[in-house]
Amino acid sequence: MGYTLDFSVVWHAMPTLLWGCVGTLALALAGMTLAMMIGVAGVAARDAKAAWLRAFVIGFVEIVRNTPFLVQIFFLFFALPLIGLKLNPTATAIIALGVNGGAYAIEIIRGGVQSIHKGQVEAGYALGLHKGQVFRFIVLKPALRAIYPSLTGQFIMLTLTSSICSAVSAYELTSVAQRIESDTFRSFEVYFSVTFLYLGISWLLMLGFAAISHRFFSYPTR
Amino acid sequence: MQDQILIEMKGVQKWYGGYQALRNVDLTVRKGEKIVVCGPSGSGKSTLIRCINRLEAIQQGSIVVNGHRLDDSIKAIDVVRQDVGMVFQSFNLFPHMTVLQNCTLAPIRARRVSKTEAEAIARKYLERVRIGDQAEKYPAQLSGGQQQRVAIARALCMQPKVMLFDEPTSALDPEMVKEVLDTMIGLANDGMTMICVTHEMGFARQVADRVIFMAEGQIIEEGAPDAFFRNPKHARTRQFLGEILAHH
Repeated sequence: MGYTLDFSVVWHAMPTLLWGCVGTLALALAGMTLAMMIGVAGVAARDAKAAWLRAFVIGFVEIVRNTPFLVQIFFLFFALPLIGLKLNPTATAIIALGVNGGAYAIEIIRGGVQSIHKGQVEAGYALGLHKGQVFRFIVLKPALRAIYPSLTGQFIMLTLTSSICSAVSAYELTSVAQRIESDTFRSFEVYFSVTFLYLGISWLLMLGFAAISHRFFSYPTR
Repeated sequence: MQDQILIEMKGVQKWYGGYQALRNVDLTVRKGEKIVVCGPSGSGKSTLIRCINRLEAIQQGSIVVNGHRLDDSIKAIDVVRQDVGMVFQSFNLFPHMTVLQNCTLAPIRARRVSKTEAEAIARKYLERVRIGDQAEKYPAQLSGGQQQRVAIARALCMQPKVMLFDEPTSALDPEMVKEVLDTMIGLANDGMTMICVTHEMGFARQVADRVIFMAEGQIIEEGAPDAFFRNPKHARTRQFLGEILAHH
């Protein structure tokens, strides 16, 4: 008795799976936004006058980058309620993705900032701008442009990592797929299809990243 | 008013670690004076002018700019930088901004000038450096000479009392040196106080009130260009002039 493929199950469940895709995209975009904020703030703080702030950022990056995401999300999910912060699975997932992606974003963006010629910063100071203004108006955009491919690559990773958020049953594609699978026992068909749905999501994001790059980072350089 | 002192450096000493870059430098610059600083590389001439707007901190001595004593306070540094414009060897235009945005950023953010007013000022100075028609372009779309003229306009937009030039023509292709020097001569003729680190001795002859020669972090000799070039007093100066004038 061989296994007979039956994709009709997947076909019937397609609307549910597509909603799962929407869930994944929403989770990923919210996570990226948070990661971006943490990344930029972290890079600025890493260069702050206050030594404790610099140490905090370094420690944060070390811990997050050297521990598994699954453990991090469980930690947030089970530890936060102990200090009275009860969050739903989706909020927990967004925070976990944002914190995790943020730590990587700090390291990537920092590389971009270091690639900026120091004459740019000096020109800003000579014009009477303050340190924060120099970072915000002069350094940040060229720095982001320099590392844009690495950063967007990391954000694709973040999107794929969101599948782990099924562990706390956040609403996203993998958890939706798990439910369909346990209802139908069509494991291969479901995960085969989900693979391509993830591929589609990644391609969609890449199109978006390219459009953003075209809009913001297309100024000419020599 | 012609005698008003704009910059006064007294006993300035600066070290980079164990290396002494400036040794007991005294320099007084009056309003409207044009000063050319020359000397071999590593003589401290760039360091000298970079101390005036506090891109470099000094360890000993005092610097007073337009009556404001430069110390470590952000307030003092702010006040001094408002009065001092700077043009760099490598232009340092902001690549992600148009020429116009390069010129309006600091007036808007540091001087709190309105955007409309900042743009009007910027267009005026871009006209003055004869580059008004390039305002919407990005720096990378301009030649080196044009970029340096934009950098001059950008500094002028802050309406400084003194302009510092740090080897403004050294990074330029030879055919573009003249357009930048002409712009600087125009500025000098309008009465701008200028300190210029340069090896362009023709420029020094034409506009400088005083030429300063530095070596090993010290001011070795200074004088009016005529006397300075015709009979330099120090052997070190003669040697330097011999070297740079030989290939001119």
